Amino acid sequence: MKEILADLDAWKAEGRRVALARVVNVEGSGPRDPGAAMAVSDNGDVIGSVSGGCVEGAVVVEAIDILDTGERRMVSFGYSDDEAFAVGLTCGGTIHLFIEPLDW
Amino acid sequence: MAELYERLRAAIVDERPVALATVIEGHNAGAKLVVEPDGDIFGTLGHPELDRIVSRDAVGELAAGRTGVRHYGAEGQARETDVSVFIESFSPPPIMLVFGAVDFTAALARSGKLLGFNVIVADARSVFATVKRFPMADRVLVAWPDEVFDIYGDRLGPHDAVCILTHDPKFDVPAVQRAVATDVGYIGVMGSRRTHATRLERLREVGVDEKGIDRLMAPIGLDIGSRTPEEAAISVCAEIIANRTGHSAPSLRDSDGPIHRPPADG
Repeated sequence: MKEILADLDAWKAEGRRVALARVVNVEGSGPRDPGAAMAVSDNGDVIGSVSGGCVEGAVVVEAIDILDTGERRMVSFGYSDDEAFAVGLTCGGTIHLFIEPLDW
Repeated sequence: MAELYERLRAAIVDERPVALATVIEGHNAGAKLVVEPDGDIFGTLGHPELDRIVSRDAVGELAAGRTGVRHYGAEGQARETDVSVFIESFSPPPIMLVFGAVDFTAALARSGKLLGFNVIVADARSVFATVKRFPMADRVLVAWPDEVFDIYGDRLGPHDAVCILTHDPKFDVPAVQRAVATDVGYIGVMGSRRTHATRLERLREVGVDEKGIDRLMAPIGLDIGSRTPEEAAISVCAEIIANRTGHSAPSLRDSDGPIHRPPADG
């Protein structure tokens, strides 16, 4: 979260609504460690990253939904070989994210 | 509610260690506690007992620089899993102390910044140790090794690095002496194998024991055939990473022969 702090400050100053996604747990091989964070603003801007680019797109979708509903939740992404274009980590691990509105 | 964010933000910006505990599963998901190293807390996870137990754990996690999930009962009980709490540690940037304001120093200071180090360059010679020569350093000190360790010695831990580039016994012997007396994770010492052999004699004379000598990465850096100051800086930074993670990489210390061999394929 340290890396995106300056951008978060700017968004807060502009009065944007923001969803924050943080990696809380990684099983097996994962590209980023717990603490990696990304944030999505109410106009769809994105800062930071939670994987090597594998799941960021899906996180944006979840984050926008969480901005709409205000419901914070855990979201997990694992390796997916059943659907060719399903969202997943190609490295074979599973990452667990906590996504919430930055209303605190 | 913005006060939680402000507390966290202020500590991170001021480079004070701080932990953020967040309930991620169970009752009160999203509840937060900001924990300082002395155990001071701000916010609540919903129950005073839970706050007390989590803050105690967070102080430990913060000291170890760890980030992860822990499970508790609703009132902080151990061996229960009603509540999952994500404890995130924010530590100030690690320190890289660079002794010697030489050519190579600027490249190493730049690489150190790239890795997120708080880079301090020190040299006793005021002509060389200038901000103008090392604008990328966080601090430039005109000081002898003893003075530098008086300031930073107690703060050095496993994630910090000391790089001694002076290859002048006047500076590097006292620098090594003081470095091995700290908990610093990496001590690299520049110089050829011959320079290091004579340096070892002097170090033993002044009482540095074998345990201390074993901590020295000398000659400094990985054996990747670097030639320029920038390439050498990368080899040192890579060695610092390998040293911290415990992964194997070809350190120059563990090989023989000249440091600057001609390229294998000409």
